[in-house]
Amino acid sequence: MEDVTMNVPLYADVIAAGKRPEILFWVGCAGSFDARAQKVSKAFATLLNHAGVDFAILGDEEACTGDPARRAGNEFLFQMSALQNIEVLNGYEIQKIVTACPHCFNTLKNEYPALGGNYEVIHHTTLLHQLFEAGKLRVEGGNFKGQKITYHDSCYLGRVNGIYEIPRKLLEQLDVELVEMKRCKSNGLCCGAGGAQMFKEDEPGDKRINIERVEEALETGATAVAANCPFCLTMLGDGIKEKEQQEKVNVFDISELILQSIK
Amino acid sequence: MIQIILFSLITITVFFIAGKKFWRIRRNILLGKEKDLSGDFGQRFKNMTLVAFGQKKMFKRFIPAILHLFIYVAFLFTTIELIEILIDGFTGQHRFFANMLGSFYTFLISFIEGLSVLAFIATIIFLSRRNLLKLPRFTKAEMLGWPTKDGNLILLFEIILLVAIFTMNGADTVLQSRDTPHYPDTGFLLVSSWLGPMLFDNVNTGSLIIIERIGWWAHLLMVFGFMLYLPFSKHLHIFLAFPNVFYASLTSRGEMENMESIMNEVKSMMGLTEDTGSEAPMDDLPSFGAKDIFDLSWKNLMDAYTCTECGRCTSVCPANQTGKKLSPRKIMMDVRDRVEEVATALDVQNDECKIDKEKALTKDNFDDGKSLFDLISREEIHACTTCNACVEACPVMIDPLEIILDLRRYEILTESAGPADWMPMFNSVENNGAVWQLPNSRAEWKDS
Repeated sequence: MEDVTMNVPLYADVIAAGKRPEILFWVGCAGSFDARAQKVSKAFATLLNHAGVDFAILGDEEACTGDPARRAGNEFLFQMSALQNIEVLNGYEIQKIVTACPHCFNTLKNEYPALGGNYEVIHHTTLLHQLFEAGKLRVEGGNFKGQKITYHDSCYLGRVNGIYEIPRKLLEQLDVELVEMKRCKSNGLCCGAGGAQMFKEDEPGDKRINIERVEEALETGATAVAANCPFCLTMLGDGIKEKEQQEKVNVFDISELILQSIK
Repeated sequence: MIQIILFSLITITVFFIAGKKFWRIRRNILLGKEKDLSGDFGQRFKNMTLVAFGQKKMFKRFIPAILHLFIYVAFLFTTIELIEILIDGFTGQHRFFANMLGSFYTFLISFIEGLSVLAFIATIIFLSRRNLLKLPRFTKAEMLGWPTKDGNLILLFEIILLVAIFTMNGADTVLQSRDTPHYPDTGFLLVSSWLGPMLFDNVNTGSLIIIERIGWWAHLLMVFGFMLYLPFSKHLHIFLAFPNVFYASLTSRGEMENMESIMNEVKSMMGLTEDTGSEAPMDDLPSFGAKDIFDLSWKNLMDAYTCTECGRCTSVCPANQTGKKLSPRKIMMDVRDRVEEVATALDVQNDECKIDKEKALTKDNFDDGKSLFDLISREEIHACTTCNACVEACPVMIDPLEIILDLRRYEILTESAGPADWMPMFNSVENNGAVWQLPNSRAEWKDS
């Protein structure tokens, strides 16, 4: 699978060629610029290619959704970002959006409508699940068959948007041995990045939140932690490094696990 | 006759005072900003039935939920006994429902007695949990002093109340067995019919009549005491849980309330609105977000009065669990304490709090130089990850997060303050359209 060339068209180019992509892949800041999250963007785009999904990205026409600004309290900046994005999205008459970031997902889906941006927004785990259901993606053998893997619910996919089962179903497709952490699903513990914490130092305390979470993940004895959010990926990865377990335990986005197991 | 007069006087006085105190709480809640939460009656009623009446969210923690359910159901059904007591008290009868309901009365009182035993056990366990096991969520910093006493006092009231019920019913069954006039046959009561003889068999009838009266009055006075105590206690959830769940947000948890004033300003700035320059010039600088209780919605204030300080929110808060100062429960307690502070000044018409000394002290003419920030530190609101665990955990659908975010909005938008670390992020979102300041194209990842 790894040698398949990846084709990621720009929305503007597709429109210029007189066509209209079925779905917009909203990459997000992390997916665009963060080295770790870029790999997820690539894995997901490759899977979309593999499944024959007609998609495109906005490239430089995309801007931050404004989520961290809004949750930091900066409504003004959120409005600027959001309205600018809505101009672009409405300009292209975009109907359907998929994103690999649950923060982008939440903001596009739940907050843009109040500002005049109404789209069908899905998280990439949902789209991948649909592709499996439709037989467009199939797993063979699987690199992770029988491996102990634990799944970390991101707050904005899980508790905020109630999506707990779809990512777990994807992991089941891979025949992994899914082991749950003590705090999971609606009781899942945050990785520590949300609410714009990603962009500031922690307030004084006994421990960093990601360490608390990683300790719980390590307790399961899993060899990999599956995540669905670029910020969780960073937080959990950092925590595992701090615990010096990076040789034994990896953190993956679900799309990466699928890409390594695909037929 | 003297008993009837005494009873009537006490009852009317208690209802009058309690009524005034509850009306005061209603006024206090309405110190908050208007927010239209009407409509969607069906969905709201369903939530209230499941979550408040049906205790659905309590059952996230099974054992405490069951114990709490015993006390709750016992409380609901004891109301029937209370109604009988009120009728008896005003009319001078004894066990008004007994003859009327016959064997169903036996069943009803037996049922209440069974529930009362369960409630008694639950209360003892709850007291031990607070004082012997010292459950972490009951011993956090914000619980020191009055909140801990408050919690214990209520449990103690419950024990006295239950002892009074069994004293009253126990003595009654023995009196019935002696064919004392004025004591109608209640049939075999589940607990009292064996507990009564066990305790009171050797007591003479004269003393027993007095013991029965002591139990009856103690029961009544405990209920009255409770009614008068409630408005000063965390225990208001027994009533407020219902409207609080009813009016809980029906929109997605993921949606922060849109600030239309800012949206419109940004729209006109970006040239997205048709009418230009028609806005009225603003006299003074607008204030955004929440600094004080007047800037929060009435629902936020009702949340604060509904909070029973169980601490489920705090026990799941990632910031709190890792030793940060933030505790969602403390936020709710601080809001309530601040409302009470303002309300007390309003009650006594404290001149020092008036902006315009000529006018009466009202919420629009109020400034005591204090705000929520005197109770809630910046460190607390900065520690929140907006993970929604507190919102998910609350059995009565309180939303501490909305308040935290409104305080953040005040800090950033009105004070132009906030964590310095956020400034580079703000700057790059504004100038670069990304959370990090990078010279690269947003599409570069696909070719690297």
